[in-house]
Amino acid sequence: MIGIIRSLGRWGLSTFERLGRGHLFLVQILAGIPGLFLRFSLVIQQLFSVGVLSVLIIAVSGLFVGMVLSLQGYYVLVDFGAEESLGVMVSLSLVRELGPVVSALLFAGRAGSALTAEVGLMKSTEQLSGMEMMAVDPMRRVIAPRFLAGFISMPLLAAMFSAVGIIGAFLVGHGLLGVDDGAFWSQMQAKTDWYDDILNGVIKSIVFGFVVTWIALYEGYDALPTSEGVGRATTRTVVHSAFAILGLDFVLTALMFGEG
Amino acid sequence: MPLIKIRDLHFSRGDRVIFEGVNIDIHRGKITAIMGPSGTGKTTLLRLIGGQLHPDKGTIEVDGQNVHQLSHSGLYALRKRMGMLFQSGALLTDLTVFENVAFPLREHTDLPESMIRDLVLMKLQAVGLRCARDLMPNELSGGMARRVALARAVTLDPMMIMYDEPFTGQDPISMGTLVNLIHRMNDAMGLTSIVVSHDVDEATEIADYVYLLSGGKVVSEGSPVDLKRSSSQWVKQFMQGLPDGPVPFHYPGVDFKEDMLNPEVSP
Repeated sequence: MIGIIRSLGRWGLSTFERLGRGHLFLVQILAGIPGLFLRFSLVIQQLFSVGVLSVLIIAVSGLFVGMVLSLQGYYVLVDFGAEESLGVMVSLSLVRELGPVVSALLFAGRAGSALTAEVGLMKSTEQLSGMEMMAVDPMRRVIAPRFLAGFISMPLLAAMFSAVGIIGAFLVGHGLLGVDDGAFWSQMQAKTDWYDDILNGVIKSIVFGFVVTWIALYEGYDALPTSEGVGRATTRTVVHSAFAILGLDFVLTALMFGEG
Repeated sequence: MPLIKIRDLHFSRGDRVIFEGVNIDIHRGKITAIMGPSGTGKTTLLRLIGGQLHPDKGTIEVDGQNVHQLSHSGLYALRKRMGMLFQSGALLTDLTVFENVAFPLREHTDLPESMIRDLVLMKLQAVGLRCARDLMPNELSGGMARRVALARAVTLDPMMIMYDEPFTGQDPISMGTLVNLIHRMNDAMGLTSIVVSHDVDEATEIADYVYLLSGGKVVSEGSPVDLKRSSSQWVKQFMQGLPDGPVPFHYPGVDFKEDMLNPEVSP
């Protein structure tokens, strides 16, 4: 019994210690961001590897998610003679929920894991220590640009996911299932609200981008400098990011759409 | 006055004591070797001097400044005058050899590109790798990587340079090249060098003064000649590479006979 309490206490202490270190890490990142506006080329390089290289997986996934949504939605709506509302159903599903959430999950898997592995390997090969000894602060030179790039990329990728998803839904809905194209687009336009739907979705994706990039960079920076340590850190990034995305999605949805 | 003055240095990692009252002076313009068996904290000492680790007690002064009382910006300003050669080279793997050597110049100066090019090529010429400037770090041998790292470490013309196990894992030609380079650079650039190593022959060949560390303390110090003539059993064992002596061959623990006869003593 004492052993269980002791290990529980040890787990609690180490968890809070890690949380504390993670928050201090975030403060250091944020302190490094103002300086980046003088050297924005560092952010642009990272926007390419974090954002542009994630476009393919986001676009392809968005296309298929939209197509499946269209198929599933059509078979439900057609029973009520409401198949012309397919565009609205798909757009609200994507813009409010699936766009931010699924793209964030994919982002965590593609870019988050890559960030963790890259930073973890830089640590294990003493590149970060080497920078420190060259009087170059790795927080400002390595971590902050990657953080800003992730933060900027995520909402753009989520928007792309939703846009491609809607195109996929239209191709299936109109091309395969014969839904009227005028009704598809006009109902979508009429019922999708700029503030309530689109802006809230964008806010979600900004929050997810912030959290996923923070987790990914922290896990890499805090990884044990061994191949096993980096591997575990990469796994933790994907798992913790998924939990954070889904948990935060619930909280944000309750706050944004709870009253409606 | 020594360039680096270490006084009463205490440092532990968890329960493990690494240093217990170490005093070291590193004199200007000299090559000082810090030697000792693996795990005695030689690399840790370099990290303490560079301010990457904080001592539990004691002081480390570099050029009259207490490293661990400096502000963040003060420490970084001091590091610009320190060079460090890591055991792995610590080259930035996404940059070419040229860009690695140019890295400190790009970060800390506003020099025009033509001048950066000239400076980098001069440093690379000094280590014999001017024509390897377009290679990536993964295309270099271990010895070449260390020479590039050496060129990078001296790019900002530091006052001192710290070498962490520069000879480990090198073939005889690379080893000879590195020994020659360290010696030549120290003289030509008026550097102060600290060489952390357990390669007795190479380190004593270039060092002006040697500190031997063991068990968290300086067990002996002096010129390489003095140490080779030392009557201390420990110094003899280390300098001559004897397998047994004051540093035991066997990891300390239960007596062998007792261990064999009583299986319940340990699994």
